[in-house]
Order: sequence, then structure tokens, then C-alpha cells
Amino acid sequence: MTLVVEWLSNLMLLIGGFFVLTGGIGAIRMPELYSRMHASSLTDTMGSMMVLGGLAVKAGFTLVTLKLGIVAVFLLFTSPVSAYALGNAALVAGYRPLADKSESAHGAESKS
Amino acid sequence: MLILAAALTSTWLIWSGMIKPLLFVLGAVSVVLTIIMAVRMRLLRKSVFALALLPRMFGFWTSLLIDIIKSNIAVAKIVLSPRLPIAPTLLRLKTPTPGAIGQATLANSITLSPGTITIDSHRGELLVHCVDQQSADELRAGNHGERVNRAVAGR
Amino acid sequence: MMLLVAASAIAVTMALALARALAGPSVFDRVLAVNMFGTKTVLLLAVVSFIMERPDFVDLSLTYALINFIGVIAVLELSSARREQRKGNQPGQGLPK
Repeated sequence: MTLVVEWLSNLMLLIGGFFVLTGGIGAIRMPELYSRMHASSLTDTMGSMMVLGGLAVKAGFTLVTLKLGIVAVFLLFTSPVSAYALGNAALVAGYRPLADKSESAHGAESKS
Repeated sequence: MLILAAALTSTWLIWSGMIKPLLFVLGAVSVVLTIIMAVRMRLLRKSVFALALLPRMFGFWTSLLIDIIKSNIAVAKIVLSPRLPIAPTLLRLKTPTPGAIGQATLANSITLSPGTITIDSHRGELLVHCVDQQSADELRAGNHGERVNRAVAGR
Repeated sequence: MMLLVAASAIAVTMALALARALAGPSVFDRVLAVNMFGTKTVLLLAVVSFIMERPDFVDLSLTYALINFIGVIAVLELSSARREQRKGNQPGQGLPK
């Protein structure tokens, strides 16, 4: 039983580390702001959920687990808010997204 | 107000973990200060209303969790593939949900699943930036709005 | 063991985010990178609390999450307010409405 828990938490930590690293690589590789935000949201959601979840599994039912859960919920609630604030500020400042076919897609989409 | 006070007090107790007179007085003072500020910002009515929605949201959150995991894997594939096959697309999405809470929930859940970010919200329309064509198609075909509607309005 | 792997992955990502913050062409790239850096700091603090077996580090990580969120919002507000001001001060334009 405890071995299973150990391996589960190790697996979750490994997946979390992988996603965090992927997000970091994406933040370097992506060509423009809005695409980078996608990479950043990758680390924000899956990375933090998996890392904090793995730690919580490792800790068992203690006060630390509750605190980790609160940290995870807080991160999941605030990261879209700050992403929206960032994207909207960039949009208002006049950074057009790198999307050439956006106009045509726009027109087609607006009725759906 | 009482709900907020109870929540703040229990949070304080969880975090400090020990009950000494000085710490307890400090905690009580900060709880009272926070409530005074919340009253001055006229925050209370709305937040209590949002709190009443909470039990219905859990089903929505589990389905959102599955969505998040799926789109995470898709975006990780895009980032790690050597050609970097991104095709950024802007999408204008009509929200079927009335009310500020429903719109905020919809916009935030779209942002939370990677590959799509809400960058503007304006009169019931969301401007969504998608990283590639596939995530845009999924968003267009998906019944995200209806699910949010069901969770928020209870229908 | 796996804690160390996760911690090093997070640390490498922090370095990458810092590189993006230094290289970022626009203000918003830098804010995004700093936001990422902050989130990774929260995670790293949580992992470090388990490596060093000091549970109070989790409290620090929550504090950092709060500060990070407020900080990002404040910087964005500041930059947009400054842009408004600059726009308003241009000759030929009236007061910003």
C-alpha cells in the first residue's frame, strides 16, 4: 500500500516536472506573445496540479495536504485572471496577434 | 458577513495552528479589518451569491479537469515537436450565459485549458486566441457554454 | 529522489523564464515571464519544503502566490495607466475621457 502511494506520488511529480519543463521550453521557443501565453498556461495548470498533487499524495492526510490543496486552488483561480489581464492589456496596447487568417476566420465565426 | 467571518477565522486558525493570547488578538484584529474593508468595497452581497453556487460547480469542475488534461497533452505535443506547428487563430465566441458570474466562469475556464486564451470580453462576446486550428475547432464544436450555463444557472 | 528531479526541472524552467524576461521584446513578454517565474517559485518552495522536511515552507509558498498575483495585476495596471497618461499628454489631444 505505502509502496503504491510512493510510486503514485513519484509518477505525479515526474509528470509535473515534465510539463513544467515543457512550458519553459515553449516560453523560449514560441515566436510571439500570445503563443508564449499558451506555453505559460501549460505550466500553470498541469504543472502545478501535478507537482502539488504529487506532494499531497506523499504527505497523506495531514494539515500540509490541506495547505497544498489551498495553494493549488488559489493558483488555478488566479492564473486565468492574470492571463486575461495580460492578454487584454497587450490587446489594448495594440499588439495584434500573429494570425493572418484571423480576419476571414472572424467573419465566418461571428455568426456561429 | 458571518460566513466571511467564519471562513477568515478558520483560515487563521489553520495557518497559525497555535492559540496564544497575542496571536489570537492579532488574528481577531485582522479578521475585523478585512470585514470592514469588504463592507466598504460593497463586496459582500455578490460574493455570498457566488458562494451559494459552489455545490453545483463540482460536476463542472471534474469535466473541466478532464478537458484540461487532454488539452495539456495536445499543447505539450505542439511545443515539443521540432517544427513548432502553431497556427494562431482568433475566434469570436458568443456566450449563451447571462450574468457576470457565468461569463467570468466561461472565460476563465477557456483560459484555463491550454491552447485557448480569452483576451477580450465584451457584451456577451469573448475574443479567444487559439494556438492552432484543432483547438479552435474543438472550442467551436464543443458545448462549453452550455455546460457553464448548466453549472451556473442550474438548468 | 523524484523530489530532486522535480525541483531541478522547476529550477531549469525558472532559468528559461528568466532568459525570456531578459530577452523579451515587449513589456508584456517580460510580465509574462515574471509571472511564470513567480508560479514556479511557488512550486519550488512547496517541493523544497518536502526535501528539507520543513512544512512551514508551504505557508511561504502560499504567501508568494498571493504576492505574485497582486504584483502582476499591479504592474499591468501601472503600464496601462502610464500609457493613458502619455496619450493624454500629447499635443493636439484633449483630456483623456
